[in-house]
Parts: sequence; C-alpha cells; structure tokens
Amino acid sequence: MGHAESGPGLDHALEHGLSADEYKRILEILGRAPSWSELGVFSVMWSEHCSYKNSIAQLKTLPRSGGRLLVEAGEENAGLVDIGDGLAVAFKIESHNHPSAVEPYQGAATGVGGIMRDVFTMGARPICSLNSLRFPAIGHETTTWLVDGIVRGIGDYGNCLGIPTVGGEVQFDAAYNGNPLVNAMTVGIVRHDATASAVAKGVGNPVFLVGASTGRDGIHGATFASVELSQESEEKRSSVQVGDPFMEKLLLEATLEMIQSGDLVGIQDMGAAGITCSCSEMSAKGQAGIRIHIERVPQRESGMSAYDVLLSESQERMLVVVEKGREDTVRRICQRWDIHCAHIGEVTDTGRFQVLHHGQLEVDIPSQVLVLGGGAPVYIREWAEPASFLAERAVDLSAVAPVEDLGEELLALLEHENVCSRRWIYRQYDHMIGASTEIRPGGDAGVVAVPGTAKRLAVTTDCNGRLVRLDPRQGAISAVAEAARNLACTGARPLAITNCLNFGNPMDPEIYWQFREAVAGMGEACRVLDTPVTGGNVSFYNESPHGAVHPTPVIGMVGLLEGVEPVPSAFRGPDELVLAAGRAAGILGGSLYLERRVGRQTGAIPLPDLELEKALQAFLASAAEEGLLRSAHDVSEGGLGVCLAEACILQEGRSMGCTVDLSPLNPQGIAADRLLFAETPGLVVLSALPEHRDRLQALAAECGLPLCELGSTGGERLVVEDLLDLSLHEVAERWWCTLERRLEA
Amino acid sequence: MKAGIVVFPGSNCDADARRALEAAGAQVHMLWHKEAVPDHLDLILVPGGFSYGDYLRTGAIAAAGPVMQSVREHARRGGLVLGICNGFQILCEAGMLPGALMVNQGLRFLCRDVHVKVDRLDTPFTQALDHPAVLRMPIAHHGGRYVCTADELQELEDERCVLFRYCDSEGRATDAANPNGSVHNIAGILGRKSRVLGMMPHPERAAAPGPAGEDGAILFRSLMGAVEALQAL
Repeated sequence: MGHAESGPGLDHALEHGLSADEYKRILEILGRAPSWSELGVFSVMWSEHCSYKNSIAQLKTLPRSGGRLLVEAGEENAGLVDIGDGLAVAFKIESHNHPSAVEPYQGAATGVGGIMRDVFTMGARPICSLNSLRFPAIGHETTTWLVDGIVRGIGDYGNCLGIPTVGGEVQFDAAYNGNPLVNAMTVGIVRHDATASAVAKGVGNPVFLVGASTGRDGIHGATFASVELSQESEEKRSSVQVGDPFMEKLLLEATLEMIQSGDLVGIQDMGAAGITCSCSEMSAKGQAGIRIHIERVPQRESGMSAYDVLLSESQERMLVVVEKGREDTVRRICQRWDIHCAHIGEVTDTGRFQVLHHGQLEVDIPSQVLVLGGGAPVYIREWAEPASFLAERAVDLSAVAPVEDLGEELLALLEHENVCSRRWIYRQYDHMIGASTEIRPGGDAGVVAVPGTAKRLAVTTDCNGRLVRLDPRQGAISAVAEAARNLACTGARPLAITNCLNFGNPMDPEIYWQFREAVAGMGEACRVLDTPVTGGNVSFYNESPHGAVHPTPVIGMVGLLEGVEPVPSAFRGPDELVLAAGRAAGILGGSLYLERRVGRQTGAIPLPDLELEKALQAFLASAAEEGLLRSAHDVSEGGLGVCLAEACILQEGRSMGCTVDLSPLNPQGIAADRLLFAETPGLVVLSALPEHRDRLQALAAECGLPLCELGSTGGERLVVEDLLDLSLHEVAERWWCTLERRLEA
Repeated sequence: MKAGIVVFPGSNCDADARRALEAAGAQVHMLWHKEAVPDHLDLILVPGGFSYGDYLRTGAIAAAGPVMQSVREHARRGGLVLGICNGFQILCEAGMLPGALMVNQGLRFLCRDVHVKVDRLDTPFTQALDHPAVLRMPIAHHGGRYVCTADELQELEDERCVLFRYCDSEGRATDAANPNGSVHNIAGILGRKSRVLGMMPHPERAAAPGPAGEDGAILFRSLMGAVEALQAL
C-alpha cells in the first residue's frame, strides 16, 4: 500500500469530514489503516452528498415505484417514466447550492451540466430544462451579484448546449441571505429499448474514460457540499468545478451515438466524487470489481497524485464499460467528436475497487461498502418540534385589520418581487430552441412537444418555502399539490415527480424534524395524487452564519398531454366566460398580503384538500381533452386578485380585461381582503366559450368539483364588482417591468 | 430544392432548420464539417449554435474551417446561402458579408420575439410575399449587434441590401424596437447579388403553428419557389 507507513490517522479522517465512528469502521473493513487515497475515497463516498446517510431512512418512506415508473427511484441516474408508444421520459432535479454561493457563474453552470449528463447518460436526449432559484432579499449586498452570475451561468451553459429552459421559479427572501439555492432539472426522451444502465459487469470488459481531461478542479466538491457555509467558504473556491458547455455538447452527441451502437455494457457520468463514485457505484451495481490505472487518465496538469485524480470533479466526463472486442466503436465515435477516449482499466471478479498508480496499488476497497444501499452509513437523527411551530399556528389573524384600498393593494402585490414577471430572467435563457416550446416560461407550467409524436410534456417546479417553514408537513403537501395543479392547468395529466430537498443542518433536531415532516407530507400527497417519486437529491447544511434557509423541498413534476392542445394561462378573447373551480377559504396564514400587513411571515397556513385537488385535476384534464378550456390559471402567491390580474395580462403584448363578481364564490361571506388575497390552494380561474357553459358544469358535477361563473372577459380594465377597478395598462406596467427595474438598479 | 445544412460540432439549430426546410418540401443533406460538400446543392444553410464554443470570437474558428471554403465556392457559382444567427456571424467572419456582430447593447443574452420589416419582394428569400410586410420571429443571441464601417453602411443602404430591419408591430423602425443596438436597426443583410443572406432572427423557429407564429415559413417557401422558377427556365 502506497503510503501505509506514514498513512493518515484519526485526525486526518476528522479533517476529511468523517466521524470517529466512521474511521473505526474503515479500520474494521480494511483490517488495516487506509492509505491517503483510500481515506479520500471513503470521505467522499460516505459524505452526505454521495451516501444520503442522514436522509435515506426517511426517503425510503416515499412511494418510489408503481404508476408508469420503469425504474425504481435511485436505481439509475435519473427517473424513467413510460409515456406510451415505446417512449419514456427521463428526468431529475439536482442542487448546486454551495458552489453557486461562492462562485455563482461556474456553480450554476456546472449544476446545469451535471443534471444534463444524468439524463443523457441514460440514453435520453434532453428536450427541456427548468430551474428553481432562491436568492437573498432584494437589497441584500449579495443579491444582484448572485442573480447576475447564476442567471448567466445557467443561460450560457444551457444556451450553448441547445436545450430550451422552459420553466422554473425564482423567489427572494431574507431566509436565503448567505445561502442561495440553485436547483436544476432536465427532462429527456428515450425509447424503452434504447436506454443505458449505470452498471459495470462482465469480467475482462474494458473501462474507458470519455470526454474532458482531468484537472485539480472540484477536489472534495462532494464534501464541501456537506458542510455549512461560513466565512472560510470563500477559500473553498477551488472546490468549485469549471464548466465547458461546448465539451458537454460534444459529449452529449458522442454518448448518444455510443449508446445507440449497442456496444456498451454500462455508462455513468462523473459528477460528485468523479472517478471514485462512478467506479464504485457501477461495480457495486454489477456485483463485480473494477481496476483502473491512474497514469492512463488524460490529465490537464502535471504532477497529479492518485488522490487528486480520484477526487477530481472535472466536468464533462463519462465512465464507459464496453463489450470486449467492440472498443473500436467507442474510439471511432470519440474521434469523430474530437474528445478523449482513454482505456483506463477493466472489470474484474474481485468485487473490489482497485486503483493502481504506475503499478503500485493505491486503493483496494470492496465496492459494496462504499455505496448507498451497501455499506455506507445510515443514520436516523434526533428530532424535536420547534416551539415556534405551535406558536405561529396560534397567532390570531382575525384581528388583522383589512387594507383600505383593495385596488392599490393589488397593484402593490403585483409588483412584489415574489409575484411580478420573471421575464428579465427567462429572456436570458434560450427557451425556444428546438422549436417545440408550446407554452413558454411565465405561465402555470412549460409545455414542450415530443418531436415526431402527438404527445406533449408539461413541466414545472414548485415550492413555497414560507409555507413549509410555518408547517413542514402541510407545506410539502401544498408543494406537491401546486405542482400537479400547475400541470393540470395546461390540460396535462401528472405522471411523477423528482424532488430536491434543500434543508439546514440535519444534526440540529429542529431541522431534522422539518425534514421528517416534509418528507412525510410529500409521501402522503404523492400517494393520493398517484405521482410516485422517481428520485432526486438532498441538500443539507444550507446554513449561513445567520441560520438555516427556509426548508425548501422543491418538487419537479412532469405531466403528459396525449394529442391535446395545451391550455394557456391568459384570457384569449372578449365575451368569454370567466369561471372559478374549487372553493374560496379566506385563510391568510403564510400569505404575502399578511406579511405586508404585519411585517412577518406567520399564521396557520391553509390546508390543501387532496381529494379536491384530485377532482380538480380530473376535471381540468377532461375539459382540456374535450377542447372546452380557453385558459386556466391557479391561485398562488398574492391570491385570487393576482390570479385574475395575471390572467388579463400574461399574454405579452395583448391584454384582455374582465368584469367579475366574486359573490357566487363567497356564500360564506368572507371579508373582501381575505377573499382577494388569501393564497387558497385548489382554486383555479378558467375562461371558456359561452356555448360550453353547460358541458363544463356537467363535467364539474361528475368530478364532484364546485364550479361557479364569475363574469366575462372584455375591455381594457380589471373590474371586480364592488371591490376594485384597475386599468390594465397600470396592472401590466407593475407586473411586467418591476424585476428588471429593481435588479438593474 | 436540394439543400445542405452545415453541421459544426457546436451547431444546435441544425435539426430545427432541417424540419423547417423539409416542411417546405426541400430535400435536405446534413453537411458534417469534416466531410466534403456535394456540388449539386441549390442552397447551403449555415445554422445557429455555438459552432466551436465561441471561445475565440463568435464564428471565427468556424469561418476558417474547410467546409466554409466549399460554401464560398458554392456562392461564387451563384448558389444560395442562408446564415442564421451564429451562421450570420460566420458569414461575416468569412468575409462573405460585410460588417460584424458584436455583443448586444444590453450586454445580456436575449431570447424573445421581435418584428422585422421587409420591403423587398424581388429576392429569392422573400419572393413569396405579395406586399411589403412586418414579420414576427424569435431572436436568441448574445452577440447580435450589427456594426460596419460608414462606407459599408452607405453601400448596404444604396444597394438596398438591408433585407430585414427590427421594427415595432406597426412597422416603425424605432430605437425602442431595436433589441440589440444594431446600426440602422439591421436584422439581416444580403450580399451584392442577393444570393447570400445573413440574419439574426430565427425563421426556422417560426415555421409551424405555435406561440412563435408561422411568419418564418415565408423564407423557406420563397426559396422553394425561387429554385423551382430557376429550374423551369
């Protein structure tokens, strides 16, 4: 063993982020002290980022199979869901929070690159991307720097690769001061019979490293992702990888060609923990061993040790296991695309991950002990319900005085940074490349056509962290319900979810309680709505010296439209019916209006009714399939008032007014401000042609869904009878132009 | 019409261009940048993308590649050439069109719909129009600000080589309607013999029903008609 004499001890293990117990287990497993390289391998493979050691026990409670799932959650690099006619959709969301906090441009760019590889390594061609971003409050000293770098990073990477960014969400909140969130999602399409698997098997099969050369960038990125951010984090910039989207484009085309050739045994991208993670996971999955030779890895700098090469997170690389005798296929394809293709090792029957450097054995570890589901540690942490939970719920909201001018308040909400248009951001992303984008960013969900078919996919990411902080279980249910509702508004039937669980330090019992509660809520909602979890990502330690971020379990959801014209969010023509599906409740807890009234985020949040959501989804999908809907838009941040205003102006350059009377929706006599500004889940504003009135009512009755008529479209004003009357010019100006003004200032 | 689409390693609008050309009835050959270009093509389309990652200067490496030598010869023989977005940048870098494309005035990538005004109906790219028109098409670029020398600008205007000009929906070429700061609101220019066109907007993304509209299809229909008319002679 290389450095056994002067090898690392417990102190070094602790410096590598391992615990004393974990070090003891390493000694037991090896029956000796580890080498430096082995310590590095254990430290990254047993880091939170790779092992999910503090989350997996909870994640196993989620519904992770069934429905149209073709692989179980966690089995492959991304989820795989059947969409009929031999086609499947592959999708996943992943975080890149800490890298983006210290190096926004590269952090966000490589986040996009990583999730793209997770999808195309399965043989799927990416057809669209989304991202879910959380920034510090507007006005915080880092906000414009973070927004500028992160948005450019996402844009430059995705634009160069040629994948449209069609949706997502952006929120600003002081809870993310010092720790922004960057979650990126990619969706791809593959034929069932053309998928690739992340497996190494077949003794003697050669192992290739394909793509970029390996440098010292990103060493210990996975470990860096698994600690809290601090003043010293600035010094961890070397833990941030550097992206090259042009190389990724070459790798994308070469990878799909290699998989289509049928000559591969398995393939996995190199993300966190680079060569180490791909070698140990692929060999563990194949119940085989793998042996590699460090000096055969193409290196971009000289003097790299085995440790450096093993832990490098250099981007745009793939580990490829080829059928023996078919090596020429891989070489020919890589030559065509001008990328490296190095034969670095072979599959063995030892069950061990072995690394040689100039003939010297540097690493010799059973693959199984390194991986999730094998020997990686699993912890259930202590939890405790925070005292603030019941206290916030008990706050008496009946005493909150209503605002005097409802119209002025609506205008103020429309220019709220968490309500107004995100156009300034999504225009920096190419959202039309592929010429398949049928509903662009800014609506309830993005919709893309699946080329060569009559199928369309609706995609969204959703999470209201304010609600999850106030009530982790119900807030997580709300996130799933809203994602499904957003898809349903376009006429899609939801298929499945991927999740990105952004939380603070799990060793804090109150954080672990938030995590447990949120996962429980998510599981409950996914079971009722029949949208199983295909996989995802956990990001703990999202804390700055100011404390933990809002618990933010982002839901990425994909739905299917089968030969159905997608329904837009905005009103389309005059003299059409305006209707509301669902029920008004008037509960202000967690709303932006309440925050504006009392100066903080508080209250018992409105509880989502999953049976109502199910009825609503069935109704919207059937109505879209029958061609009955002209538009559909759900109530979310800012409440019914904002929803109606947005329906008037969301179609850029063409506003359409409406005159409505909310009394049919309000038999219980909810106060006007609560009616307009409560963020009631399960409430949708629709428009339809008058001749479809009876059929819509019949359909709603069949689905057991309340549906009432509020008024009609037309004119250049938003009129809510007895409550407000606004010029659409003013409404549009506030909603479309605010973000640009505040971020460019 | 036999059309070739040049494919550089970083081209990413090639598939969209192919779909739009095939929908118009063209027979399409993909021209991999390392391979020889067949000499019987009526049109060569240089598509959008990031040909070589844009690391030196947008379009600069592509312009020096061997495939562009073939495109030049094709143009010299009187063949039609259409460069879209990155393809326009490459044609300028290759000296097939005057001027250059610089970083947008706003310094940011910009993806949105624009309107462009077209006055000339006597070109192979617009002959299917029956009157001067305002067309809606998407743009998606970081470096689309057209610049050239004063003499070149004078010549472009005198020879009526500005085929597309950014304008508002009413056809007014105002500053407000200029998305990137291009001189004289220039969105697309013709070579001297009207056989070569470079343009920043993406007609191939507006060639089928959808939110971008179908105004872009007019270009591909015009090209089909122009080639057929020539063959009928």
